[in-house]
Amino acid sequence: MKLQAFLGAAAVAVTLLGTTALTLPAFAASVPDGTKLAADQTFNYRVLDNINSLDPDIVEDVDTSYVVGNLFEGLYNEDAKGSPVPGAAESYDVNKDNTVFTFHLRKGAVWSNGDPVKASDFVFSWRRVVDPKTASNYSYFPGLVGVKNADDIVAGKMPPDQLGVKAIDDNTLEVDLNKSVPYFVRSTAHATLFPIPQAVVEKFGNDWTKPENIVGNGAYVLAENKPGERVTIKRNPKYWDNAKTVLETINFLTINDENQGVTRYLSGEVDQTDVPAGQYPQMKQQYPNEAHSVPQLCTYYFDINMTDKQTVPALKDVKVREAISMAIDRDVIVNNVLQGGQIPAYFFTPPATADFKAPDVEMAKMSQADRDAKAKQLLADAGYGPDKPISFTYIYNTSEAHKKIATVVSQMLKEKLGIQMTLQDMEFATLLDKRHQRDFEVARDAWCGDYNEASTFEGLMDSTSSQNNSGYANADVDKWLKESATSEDPNQQYLQIETQVAKDIPIIPIYFYTKVFLQKPTVGGWPYDNVEQVWYGKDLYKTEG
Amino acid sequence: MILFVLKRLAIAIPTLLVLIILSFVLMKVAPGNPFTGEKNLPRDVLNNIYARYGLDKPLWQQLLEYIWNIVAHFDFGPSFKYKDRSVNEIIAQGFPVTLTYGFWAFIVAAGIGISMGVIAAVKQNSWADYLAVGVTIGGQVIPNFVLAPILVLIFTLWLHWLPGGGWNDGKWNYVVMPVIALSATYLANIARITRSSMLEVLHSNFIRTARAKGLPGWKVVTKHALKPALLPVVSYLGPVFVGMITGSVVIDLYFSTGGIGQWFVNSALNRDYSTMLGVTILLGALTIAGNLVVDVLYAWIDPKIRY
Repeated sequence: MKLQAFLGAAAVAVTLLGTTALTLPAFAASVPDGTKLAADQTFNYRVLDNINSLDPDIVEDVDTSYVVGNLFEGLYNEDAKGSPVPGAAESYDVNKDNTVFTFHLRKGAVWSNGDPVKASDFVFSWRRVVDPKTASNYSYFPGLVGVKNADDIVAGKMPPDQLGVKAIDDNTLEVDLNKSVPYFVRSTAHATLFPIPQAVVEKFGNDWTKPENIVGNGAYVLAENKPGERVTIKRNPKYWDNAKTVLETINFLTINDENQGVTRYLSGEVDQTDVPAGQYPQMKQQYPNEAHSVPQLCTYYFDINMTDKQTVPALKDVKVREAISMAIDRDVIVNNVLQGGQIPAYFFTPPATADFKAPDVEMAKMSQADRDAKAKQLLADAGYGPDKPISFTYIYNTSEAHKKIATVVSQMLKEKLGIQMTLQDMEFATLLDKRHQRDFEVARDAWCGDYNEASTFEGLMDSTSSQNNSGYANADVDKWLKESATSEDPNQQYLQIETQVAKDIPIIPIYFYTKVFLQKPTVGGWPYDNVEQVWYGKDLYKTEG
Repeated sequence: MILFVLKRLAIAIPTLLVLIILSFVLMKVAPGNPFTGEKNLPRDVLNNIYARYGLDKPLWQQLLEYIWNIVAHFDFGPSFKYKDRSVNEIIAQGFPVTLTYGFWAFIVAAGIGISMGVIAAVKQNSWADYLAVGVTIGGQVIPNFVLAPILVLIFTLWLHWLPGGGWNDGKWNYVVMPVIALSATYLANIARITRSSMLEVLHSNFIRTARAKGLPGWKVVTKHALKPALLPVVSYLGPVFVGMITGSVVIDLYFSTGGIGQWFVNSALNRDYSTMLGVTILLGALTIAGNLVVDVLYAWIDPKIRY
C-alpha cells in the first residue's frame, strides 16, 4: 500500500502570486447552524491492518498516515477538496522561480507537552528522514519534491545537515529546492515532512512513540496503542485550534476482514467501513444514505511483459495485445462484477486527477460489439486463429475480487477469440517479486497516485521508472516525460504519452477505482470531494441520530 | 522421572534449533521480502534499510547473530513491518490475549466435554446420551470459521448482546464469542472420546467386580471408571491445550483480538521475518513443553507406563 501524498499542479495560482505572502483561512470543523451535536463525540474508524508506526518519519501506509495526521500537523493541511490550508505555518513566501519557500510558523503553537513548536523541529525531522541511519521507506520523498541534496544524503554521499532546509529563527523555516516545484506547499501535508519534537526524540530514542512518551503538535494525542486491535486518540487541549475541534475521541479499530467490517458497522461498532466488491448495489438499496462511492486516484490494469523475458511470442505482436484489450468488456467488469460505481478505463491516468484532460481514445467511443469485431479482425491479421491458438498465463494475488475479474476476462477471451488464459493466483509478496523480476507473461497491477497530478501516473511509463513493471520502453515517451516537467502546459505531453501508450499497449487499463464505503449518517464534515480521501478528526463532528 | 524430564528437555533444545534454522531458511527462500510493496523502492533507500536490519550480511551471519541475540539477550529483534516495536513487545502484547481466551476455551471444552461424555456413557441410550451425541456431531461438523459468523449474527446483529469483535482489555463480553467459537470443535471431540472410552471401561471386568461388591453407581464411576477412561482424553488434551493458548488464526483474524494468531498470519504474508520467527519459536517451544507435560501426566495416571 502506498502513502497518499499531496502535491499537485493546482498550485498554479501560487506561481502567479510570486513572492506575495499568502494567508489562507484555516479550516476546522464547520458545523452548520441548527445541527444537533451528539453527546458522545467518538468516531470509530475501521483500519485494514495494524498501524505500522506512529513515527511520522517512518509511516508508510494510508491508514497509518491518518493516525499520524491527527497526532501531528505539517506546515499545511488539506481542506475538504484537497487544497492546501495553513497548519503549523500561518503563511509562506516564495521566490519567482518557485525554488525557495519561506514558511512563517504559527506563533504560540505548542507541542502537547507545552513546548513551543520551533522551525528547528522541522529541520530535525526532515534531516532524520533522509539520514541513511533512519532507513525510512519514505526517505526518497523529500528528494521527490525537490528538497536540495536530499537524494545525495540518502545515497550516503553527503551528511544530513546539508539538506536544503534551515531555521532562520524559531518561527521561520526556509526550504531550498533543486528544481522549480510550484506545488511544493501541498507536499508539506505529507507525514514525511511533519515536524517531530527534537527534545523528546533525543531523550527517548526509538521509544519516543510509546504512549507514555509521545508528544505531538496535532489536534489529538495518543491515548492507547494496542497493535492489531486498536489505536485510541483523544482531543489535544493544547492544540492551537482546539476551540473549534468537536470530536473528542477517535478509535482506529483493526478489522482485517471486509465482511466482518460490515458486520461491525451494522452492529454500530464502527462508523465507517469499506464495502466488499459486488455488495454496493445491495447496500445502496438497503442503506441509501449510508453507502457512498467516490472517485479515487487509482487505476487497475494488466501488465504485459514487454521485455525479452516474455515467453509467449504472440504477446510481442501489438495486434494481439490490441485484440485482447478490445475483447475485454470493461462494462461487464464494472457493472456486473465490481458493482461499486467504478469507471471503465481505456487509458491510464484517472480522469479525476486534478487539471488532467482525459485523452480522446478511439476505443472508448466504440460499442463493445464493434470492439469484438475489431478484436477478431486484429487476431486474424496477426495470423492467429483456431489452427494457431494463443495461450498465456495470467498471475494475480489471491483475492475474491481479483479472482472474479480474472475469471470473467478469461471467459471473454476464450469465447470471443479462442485465447486460453490460464489463471494463477499467488500471495501478494510473491506477485510483487515476480512482477519486479519480470517473471510473468501477463500480470495484475494497480497504481494509486502519490499526489494529485498526472505525472504520478505518466511517470510509470518512463523506461527507467522502477515502477514500470511491464518493461515498456519508448524513446518518445521518455522525451515527452522530460519535457512535461518544465512545460507550461504539461497536459500536451500527457496527451501524447497516453495516446502512444494506447497504441503500443504495454498495459491494458481495466477500470478506475472508487472508494466504496458505508458511513453512518451521524458523521458530519467528511471530505467526500477529496480524491485522496485525506481526513482530519478536527474537521469532523457527530450529530444526534 | 526427573531423569526422564531432563532427557526430554535436552532433546527440546536441538529440536528448537532445528525449527529456527528451518524456518529461517524457508523464509529467506520464499519470494519477496519485507520491504517489497506495490511501490518499488529506489536502490539507495533499499540499501539503507538492508543495512539497518542487517540484511546486507551473509545469510549464515544473520542466522548466527539472530540465534545469539536470543540465547544471550532473549532478544527477538525489531519487527521489520511494525517499525516502532520489537518482536518481544509484539509477543508480550499478543500472547496474553490469546492465553486468556485460549485458557477459558480449554476450561469450557474440557469441563463440558468430559462431563457430557461421562453422562452420555453412564446413561447410554437415554435422552441425555442422544443429546450429547447430537451436540458432538454438530460441534464436529461446524468448523470455527463457520461458527464464528453464526455467533456474530445471533448475538451481535439479532440480539445485540455482545460486540462483534475487538478485545477491550479482555472485558468478559468481548471474550465470550471467541471462547465459544474456539472451544466448540474441541468440546465435541473431547465428549466423543470420553464417551467411547468410558463405555469401554464400564464394560470391563474390574467395573463388573466393583458393581458386584455392591458399590453405589456414582462411586463406581468416579472412583474406578473415570481415571482409566480419561487416559485417551488426556493424551488428546495436551496438544489441544497448546493449540488453544497459542491461539487460532481464524479466531484472531475474525474477532480482531490482537492475539498472536493474527501476527502469525500477517507476519508471514508481510514477510516480516523477525516477527514470524519469533512467533514460530514461541509456538514451537510451547508445543514441546505441552507434549512434555502430557507425558508426565500420563505416567502419573497410568501405572502401566514406566520411564
